[in-house]
Amino acid sequence: MLRLLSALVAGGLFGAGLLVSGMVDTTKVQGWLDVFGDWNPTLAFVLGGAIVPMAIAWRVAERRKVAVLGGPLPLMTEGEARPGRNLIIGSTVFGAGWALAGLCPGPALASLTFGGTGGIVFVVAMAAGMLAAPPIRARLDRMQPA
Amino acid sequence: MIEQDWIWGLVGGLMIGSAAALYLLVNGRIMGASGIIGGLVDRSGWEGGTERAAFLAGLVLVPMLVVPLYETVETHITSNLAVVIVAGLLVGVGTRLANGCTSGHGVCGISRLSLRGIVATVFYLLGGALVMALARHVLGVI
Repeated sequence: MLRLLSALVAGGLFGAGLLVSGMVDTTKVQGWLDVFGDWNPTLAFVLGGAIVPMAIAWRVAERRKVAVLGGPLPLMTEGEARPGRNLIIGSTVFGAGWALAGLCPGPALASLTFGGTGGIVFVVAMAAGMLAAPPIRARLDRMQPA
Repeated sequence: MIEQDWIWGLVGGLMIGSAAALYLLVNGRIMGASGIIGGLVDRSGWEGGTERAAFLAGLVLVPMLVVPLYETVETHITSNLAVVIVAGLLVGVGTRLANGCTSGHGVCGISRLSLRGIVATVFYLLGGALVMALARHVLGVI
């Protein structure tokens, strides 16, 4: 029960932060990516601001090892896979969609109740894309194993 | 106007980072929006799905409750539904292939100096800037 409450609060704080920061405003996001046009640097402040508390949290996690509500904490020093083909292709494709609509997954959900028809259609299309990803990944791996 | 934008960007960013810190330290989970959503959509994350659902409920409901109180929140989502559908499909496929988006790779990855997070961020910014240049300044579709 406490896990759910904490997750609800974290999600709510994330949503509020996305509102305050302007990440739900597609013109600001598109302005950030529009380096050949009227460039808007706001997102650099959003990302910079978000990294600070999280960098501290990773250091706290390194010392605690165990989450407050139990269970092992992911650690910043634990090994990870090397960046591979799927990471690069996937991120580039994601960036393309991010530019076209000015929405990434978090802000898309945050604006679900006030983004109108376009916002709802975006979330449905995004879910469809997520369902299409595993077969596409399998096909990429058949062409050339990652 | 732009001067206010960066202050709000910074404040909102600190809130986003605090949410990620809370989810990490209290729940022991990494706050990646595409992973949390995708795990529910394709059922790969149904174990522990209630925790994901609770997070998403907060993400959807808090803006729903707060936005009516302010007239300044704007989204400006394009009315061109063809563009919206293509964009949504690309975001869905791309984030799942890459195992992360702006929150997971960007916020949570860069803050732990993850090479994967940094590489992902470089490529979604490059892809985004390139498509923005093409779609807006060459093709004129957005």
